[in-house]
Amino acid sequence: MTSNYKPLNRDQMAWRAAQDLQEGAYVNLGIGMPTLAASYVPDGREVIFHSENGILGLGPKPEPGMEDENLIDAGKSYTTLIKGGVFMHHADAFLMIRGKHLDVSLLGAFEVSERGDLANWTTEDPSFPPGVGGAMDLAVGAKEIRVIMDHTDKKGNPRILKKCRLPLTAPGCVKRIYTNLAVIDVTPQGLFVREMVEGMTLEKLQELTEPKLQLANDWQALAPPAMAA
Amino acid sequence: MIDKRVASPADAVAGVKDGAVVLVAGFGTVGIADDLLEALHDQGATNLTIVHNNAGNGDTGLARLINSGRVSKVICSYPRSGDYSAFLNAYRAKTLELELVPQGIISERMHAHAAGLGGFFSPVTAHTKLAEGKETREIDGVLHVFEKPLKGDIALLRARKADRWGNLVYNQSARNFNPIMAMAADLSVVQVDEMVELGSMDPEAVVTPSIFIDRVVVVGAKDLGTKA
Repeated sequence: MTSNYKPLNRDQMAWRAAQDLQEGAYVNLGIGMPTLAASYVPDGREVIFHSENGILGLGPKPEPGMEDENLIDAGKSYTTLIKGGVFMHHADAFLMIRGKHLDVSLLGAFEVSERGDLANWTTEDPSFPPGVGGAMDLAVGAKEIRVIMDHTDKKGNPRILKKCRLPLTAPGCVKRIYTNLAVIDVTPQGLFVREMVEGMTLEKLQELTEPKLQLANDWQALAPPAMAA
Repeated sequence: MIDKRVASPADAVAGVKDGAVVLVAGFGTVGIADDLLEALHDQGATNLTIVHNNAGNGDTGLARLINSGRVSKVICSYPRSGDYSAFLNAYRAKTLELELVPQGIISERMHAHAAGLGGFFSPVTAHTKLAEGKETREIDGVLHVFEKPLKGDIALLRARKADRWGNLVYNQSARNFNPIMAMAADLSVVQVDEMVELGSMDPEAVVTPSIFIDRVVVVGAKDLGTKA
């Protein structure tokens, strides 16, 4: 069976994840691709972004020349504060995370298992020291953990696995996975494909995914607007 | 009359002993007491345990202490940030020990000490490698990991303004670990950009009350350098 499909680029993936951020939601965005999602929240929807280094009400990147050396985000890039935004110390920033006060945490990942186990903190490269940052706090804290990642690794091997091979960040925490090919929900009944890119088939997607996939009855095309890669 | 001001960063870090646990506030290059770290280098204490989110950048501050062989242990969440070659070289040479702790657990362990608590159970790290060897307990059906309190002999802090009692306000995301570390050390010393009259700060807006602060030194506001 031949299939002819085009994977999403990073901005399209971030756009798709952003569409699910509801009005009034308090959201933490992980470093990297998740951070891009902030730019794609639909107009008119108020979503409040949290940064683990003590910001509630994170704004967009500053205009060139407007950077403030004391105002950075969790990725240590210059950022801004929106109207109504506030600062808090680290213990309160993580109280908001760990205490399930955040509605959504959107994280990057290396691997996700069929039961929602998350591996996103170490590749166990022995030549470098490990670093965990806030990954484990975030993975147990928010009311809902969603992951955004490429469907396969650079060699085309699945990253959605029966069991994670890399050390876990937290077990059973991921509820939804946004990939460059599909939107997949992790449920007690298994993995359900909610959306696939145009031209993708369940059979082809299954070849790129280790555990069994089921197609949701009301599945839809995953078709973000065109965006420059 | 209470006046916690000292004349210089050297006076601020006077008395730090070999083997001390040093809480170093800051996140990336923001909210770090650069001048106090340089003064600690000059002061000479060695065999230090450093508690910090990262592990130093370039060859200044914490990185300089590491390069000079003065640090035997780093407790941090994420050493791999910016140019962390000082830490990396020492780590590979096995001249320092790394205790890797999730970011929210580091801050809460200090908070626990500050609050006079003997530790706490947290679901963070349960079922992961970072929980190996730690006491666990199931609470309401969820596995929790016991975390011990973390105390500093000295905290090196950075704030925007102080009064002579040591009431502090911070500068945006430069607040980060500062208020927690201020509460968690036997000796808390702060580098501030500006000294203001007692009573001139809005009592509703003071972030760190003076009870937690021992020494204050004014160092003029300056460029924080390149970002990590």
